[in-house]
Amino acid sequence: MNRRDLLKAGAVAGAAGALPGFATAQPAQNRVLKMVPQANLTSLDPIWTTANITRNHGHMIYDSLYGLDAEFRAQPQMAEGHVIEDEGRTVTITLRPGLKFHDGEPVRAQDVVPSINRWMRRNPFGQKLATVVDALDVVDDRRVRFRLKRAFPLLFKALGQVSNSPAFIMPERLARTDAFQQVREAIGSGPFRFKADEFNSGSLVVYERNRDYIPVSSGTTSLTAGPKIAHFDRVEWHIIVDAATAAAALQTGEIDWYEQPPPEIQQLLRRNRNIAIEAIDPLPLTGILRFNHLHAPFNDKKMRQAILPAISQEDFMQAVVGTEAALYRTGVGLFTPGTPLANDEGLEALKGPRSLDRAKALMREAGYTNQPMRLIGPTDILAPAAMTQVGADLVRRLGFNADIVLTDWGTTVQRRTSREPFDRGGWNMLFTSFSSVDFVDPAAHFPLRGNGTNAWFGWPDIPRLEELRDAWFEAPDLPTEQRLAREMQRVAMDELPYVPVGSYLSMTALRRNLTGRVPGLALYWGIRRT
Amino acid sequence: MFAYVVRRVLATIPVMAVVALFVFSLLYIAPGDPAAVIAGDQATPEDVERIRASLGLDRPYLVRFGAWVFDILRGDLGVSIFTNLPVSLMIKQRLEPTLSLMVVTLILAVSIAVPMGVIAAARVGTFVDKFVMAFAVLGFSVPVFVVGYLLAYVFALELEWLPVQGYTPFSEGFFPWIENLILPAVALGSVYIALIARITRASMLEVLQQDYIRTARAKGAGQRSILFLHALKNAAVPIVTVIGIGIALLIGGAVVTESVFAIPGLGRLTVDAILRRDYPVIQGVVLLFSFTYVLVNLLIDILYTLFDPRIRY
Repeated sequence: MNRRDLLKAGAVAGAAGALPGFATAQPAQNRVLKMVPQANLTSLDPIWTTANITRNHGHMIYDSLYGLDAEFRAQPQMAEGHVIEDEGRTVTITLRPGLKFHDGEPVRAQDVVPSINRWMRRNPFGQKLATVVDALDVVDDRRVRFRLKRAFPLLFKALGQVSNSPAFIMPERLARTDAFQQVREAIGSGPFRFKADEFNSGSLVVYERNRDYIPVSSGTTSLTAGPKIAHFDRVEWHIIVDAATAAAALQTGEIDWYEQPPPEIQQLLRRNRNIAIEAIDPLPLTGILRFNHLHAPFNDKKMRQAILPAISQEDFMQAVVGTEAALYRTGVGLFTPGTPLANDEGLEALKGPRSLDRAKALMREAGYTNQPMRLIGPTDILAPAAMTQVGADLVRRLGFNADIVLTDWGTTVQRRTSREPFDRGGWNMLFTSFSSVDFVDPAAHFPLRGNGTNAWFGWPDIPRLEELRDAWFEAPDLPTEQRLAREMQRVAMDELPYVPVGSYLSMTALRRNLTGRVPGLALYWGIRRT
Repeated sequence: MFAYVVRRVLATIPVMAVVALFVFSLLYIAPGDPAAVIAGDQATPEDVERIRASLGLDRPYLVRFGAWVFDILRGDLGVSIFTNLPVSLMIKQRLEPTLSLMVVTLILAVSIAVPMGVIAAARVGTFVDKFVMAFAVLGFSVPVFVVGYLLAYVFALELEWLPVQGYTPFSEGFFPWIENLILPAVALGSVYIALIARITRASMLEVLQQDYIRTARAKGAGQRSILFLHALKNAAVPIVTVIGIGIALLIGGAVVTESVFAIPGLGRLTVDAILRRDYPVIQGVVLLFSFTYVLVNLLIDILYTLFDPRIRY
């Protein structure tokens, strides 16, 4: 027994006689979950910023009308149910009774309407929905009504978006904030309350269980659908930037859960029998090589196609997660592997033996004459940094006249907004990765957009992709969605708005005495201490 | 003396003005864009532009600088772009851990390094002297983060005597407070101890050659009395100078130490703000550091007069 165990044993023995039965049955420390999140929480408004850590914060304190289950099917969450009339052009959603915000005010339809309106300005799925909404009205305190130009089969799925600024419901006074301004308070109706008085950005974020929260009474807890039952009275996010320190704290039991240990730390933690390493999401993230379509050399389709024979998804993924084959996928296309729209259309070019010589020959055929190109990438974000290093080596070996610019993430994200040519500081190629939910379907699939200067950085102009995306939004059933997805992939693998460079699992590390974790994201309902 | 202090305090105003201009200009021309960071990986360029406009980052340099200076003169350091919290509140939250770390490090370093330097000088050329010098070289050579990791591995992970990370406020008790500071202070203090020990030894060696030391010995003064009463006080000016200069070393080292031991101090606040391009926070913290440094230098100048009455201002 070491010093700390002795002190703990003494403290417990001393306290045991003085406490009532229920308290000794569940010691106070067992009701506190201490975890190290993936990043520092800086912004508290999940509509204003799409940062994943703010999204996770949003899932703690807010709730949405609908949730998505692990199969990405929409299930009522704050909604009690809905009525569809007028051939799908009128949809009335009724709120569950008894819902309350953390300030004690009831959740009303008057809160829902501005929340949805604000969300529709920022979320891509919401922006699409906005184009078919004629009106969104309050019917009474518990009912809102969508009047649509035409039926929108994916309405409930849109309202249940898990990532990229989900449709969280905020009090009316906050929801009326401009979508490009940050809300001043963090008040939701979700299973946890945000403790503003203990918030110390960069150090500590504290949540306490919302005792007024009424979970959905039926169904199974699955992603953001089903009952959200909080088993911890208090959840503390300890911001520990140093991976070795976070790992040591997990080993000593100072923290219970380390959300995203890097691969080399995972190997260390695997040796500890009190710690479990598992995929935080059973579905993988996908890495991409993005071209700038505005400028030479990659404004030429032939030049984009030329490098395909040299792309080895295995090389990129091993740089990200190591050589353990179970942790990555190759033969990856546009959609997240393992989800309904994933398919193998047009992927032949990424399979089979890889050949630098073949790629070089195609570059010559495409007319490459040593024009300079610039690859930009970060050094401080694990996966994009690793992929950029592999990409830098690849373009050098291919004989590109390459300028490799490695900076911190803050500089990379600024630099990629530049539409200027090479000689004015512009860029030609970058690598990044997207979470599984981003690539589940075309709704939030930014790199797949082909709407030219309005598209995501790189600005490909591929009208056919836009037509197919529009058609997907109105697809009546899954087989139609799948047919459209195959066609999108066929077009994309020919036009190459980007190249998928593989998918990888994001692993999480937690003490083995924690069970019931909901797979998908770092979610805090369901999880409990045994 | 009083007039001198007033003059020195007033002299901080132009210094701070230059620092303010320099920091603001440097951040203005540095690459990086908080709007792009906020908007996220999936934002469109138009989203980034709208956020930039809402933050006022699209305004001309002079307008932004003027507004910032105006706010500073009113005692308002501004609001963090990301957290929406006042910069003064964020600094206040982080001040205690950094001050605690620096004070404990300073006490630890001075109480170890000065006797080490004195003893090394008194035993010059012996094993003790060589040991102290070897320790000093080691202290200089091994980076703070390496010392930090080694200490954490041995004393936290293996022996479980001390916590790996974190900070407990002083208000929650002395022992919890000091328990979290021991390892970081030793790690951060290693360089500082080496620096002070070397300077103390050198300064003492010079003083010990002086005639009045020989006189003291001749009149029968004891070794301890000679070293600590006669010699050390006269050797103190360079030691105090190096302690003052070392404050800057501590501020720099605190950034690393706070990261390794997850101490929520000003060093980490600065690094986090720089990585995010949270301009108001960077500007506020740098101004504070500069002001502290100017004040420390003033304090050292005043201390000179205590150790050496010949110094007059």
